[in-house]
Amino acid sequence: METPLTKNIGPDKTPPNLEQYQANGGYRGARNALRSMLPNEVLEVIKQSNLRGRGGAGFPTGIKWSFVPMGETARHPKYLVVNADEMEPGTFKDRLLMEKDPHQLIEGMIISAYTLEADIGYIFIRGEYIESAQRLVEAVEECRAAGLLGKHILNSRFDFDIHVHTSAGRYICGEETALLNSLEGKRAIPRAKPPFPQVSGLWGKPTVVNNVETICNIPHILAHGADWFKSLSLTEDAGTKLYGVSGRVNAPGCWELPMGITAREIIDNYAGGMQDGYKLRGFLPGGGSTNFLTEQHLDLHMDYTAIGKAGSRLGTGTMIILDDQTCPVGMVKNLEHFFAQESCGWCTPCRDGLPWVEQILDDMEHGRGEPQDIDKLMRQTRLLGPGNTFCALAPGAMGPLESALRYFREDFEAHIRGKKCPWAAQV
Amino acid sequence: MMEKLPVLSPEEIAEIESEASHYEQKQAASIEALKIVQKHRGWVSDESLKAAAELLEMSPAELDGVATFYNLIFRRPVGKKVVLLCDSVSCWIMGCDAIKDTLSEHLGIDYGETTADGEYTLLPVACQGACDRAPVMLVNGELETHLDADKIKQIIVRDN
Repeated sequence: METPLTKNIGPDKTPPNLEQYQANGGYRGARNALRSMLPNEVLEVIKQSNLRGRGGAGFPTGIKWSFVPMGETARHPKYLVVNADEMEPGTFKDRLLMEKDPHQLIEGMIISAYTLEADIGYIFIRGEYIESAQRLVEAVEECRAAGLLGKHILNSRFDFDIHVHTSAGRYICGEETALLNSLEGKRAIPRAKPPFPQVSGLWGKPTVVNNVETICNIPHILAHGADWFKSLSLTEDAGTKLYGVSGRVNAPGCWELPMGITAREIIDNYAGGMQDGYKLRGFLPGGGSTNFLTEQHLDLHMDYTAIGKAGSRLGTGTMIILDDQTCPVGMVKNLEHFFAQESCGWCTPCRDGLPWVEQILDDMEHGRGEPQDIDKLMRQTRLLGPGNTFCALAPGAMGPLESALRYFREDFEAHIRGKKCPWAAQV
Repeated sequence: MMEKLPVLSPEEIAEIESEASHYEQKQAASIEALKIVQKHRGWVSDESLKAAAELLEMSPAELDGVATFYNLIFRRPVGKKVVLLCDSVSCWIMGCDAIKDTLSEHLGIDYGETTADGEYTLLPVACQGACDRAPVMLVNGELETHLDADKIKQIIVRDN
C-alpha cells in the first residue's frame, strides 16, 4: 500500500528539512513541472488525475483551477491561498501534514502557483496551530535561501513567494470567501458568489483557495502521473485519503489509506475497534457538519460518491464515533453550540436560528422538552437548510441534527417523555 | 508642553510593519498586529487598539470589529497564563465537562474569570484538531492532551 502523503511521517520520524526532503524524492514534481511542462500541461495532468478537494466539499481541483483567467490579459498579482484553518470539529489531519512534513505543502504550492501563474501564496493557518506555523515559516526560509522561492525559481522565468498568515480562531474562516475577507484584515463574513474567487478574489484579483491536503497531493501527481494517482484508490474517487477516528475507540488516530476503504476497516483495523464496554451506535463520517451514519453503513466505501449517496458527506474523512453510553441529543447539542457560537452573524436564519436550535436541545437535556419540540427542530432543519442562508455553515449544522432526528428519534422522545436525559446520571 | 509618548513600542511597531509588508494593503495585517500587541502586553487595550489602527490605516472601530470577531484576541486583561479548554464534540465525548469541573475547582474560577493572583484565566475554546488525544487544552499556546484530574494538577501547580 502506497502512502505518498505520509511517507516522511511516522512516530519516530522528525520533520525532514530541505536536504532530507529532497533526498527522499522531494521537489522532483516541482522540477518536472517547471523545467519541462507548460502551465496548461500541468493543469491537464491535474484534471486527468481526478483529484477532488480534501477540505470537505470534494470539488474537482482541476476544474476549480480552470476558471482562473490565464495569459497576457489576466490581472496580476494572482494569488494562491492555502486554507489551513482546520477547525471542523473532529478534524485533525492537516495539522499532521504541516507539522510533520512542511516542505510537501510548499512544493505543492510552487507547482500549483506555476500552473495558475500565481505570484504570491498565503498559507492561512489557524492561530492555535503554533507549531505548524513555525515549521512552515522555517521551511519557507529554507526554500528562499535555496532558490526554490523568490525570483527565477529553479532558474526558470517563474517568480513566486509564500507568506504564512496566522489567524485568531473562527470556524467561518474555513469558508473560502470569508477566508478572503479575513485575509484582507476584515471580519470573516462570506462574500456573495458570483463573482467567484478565481476571477475576483483577494483584493479583487484572481485567487484560488485550496485545502492543505489537496495541495499536498500535487507534487506526487506530478512526480508519478495521473494514472498512478488513480490506481491508489479502491473506487472512482482517486488517490489516498487521510482518514481519522476519534471517540471511544481503542486507538484513535489519523492514517493515510486508499480512498474508498470502508468505515468498518478503518475502525476495526486501524482504530483498534471500540473500547471494552462501548458499542458503536453511529458516526459522523467526516467532521461535525456531516450527517450521522449508523452500523448499516459501516461497509460503505468512504469516498465522496458512496457517502454522498448514503445521505451524508465524506467531508474531511475524520470520523467521530457515537457510542451507546453517549447521549445522541447531548452530542447534537454540543455540535449546535459550536455552530451557533461560530456563526458570523451576517444572515438572520443562521444568527438567530442556531441559538434557538441549541436552546431547544438544552431544554430537552434538562427535562424541559415539550412534545412539539421535535417538530420545531424538524422545521429548523428545513429553514436553515441549503438555499436559505448566505453560506454553508447553517446547512452544515443541520446535517447532524436532521440525521439524528431520523436515526435516534426514540432518544429525543425519551428525553421529552421522561422529563430528563436518560444518560444524565452518568454525566 | 510634554511630548506625547508613543503607545506602541518601537519593537511592536517594527513587527507590525514587517507583517504589513506582506500584503497589498496594510489592513491585512490586522490580526497579526493585534496578536503582536497581545504578545507584548497580554491583551489589547483601547489605547493600543487606536495606535495599531493608525499604523494599519484603519479606523479604530473597524479594527475593534476585527478584534472582537476572533476568539483569540483579548480586549480585557487576562491572567499570565490563559487556559483554553476544548469543549468541542470529540473532547465532549471523552469527558471534557468533568475536566472543566476539575479545572474550575482547582483554580477557583469559572469560564471567563481570572484567579485573584492574576496568574490564570480560564476560557472554553473550539476544536483544537487533536481529537485523537482528547480531552485537550492549551496553556499559553502549549497543547496538553489526554487530560484527566491528575494530569490537570500536574500541569497547573497551585500553592493553596
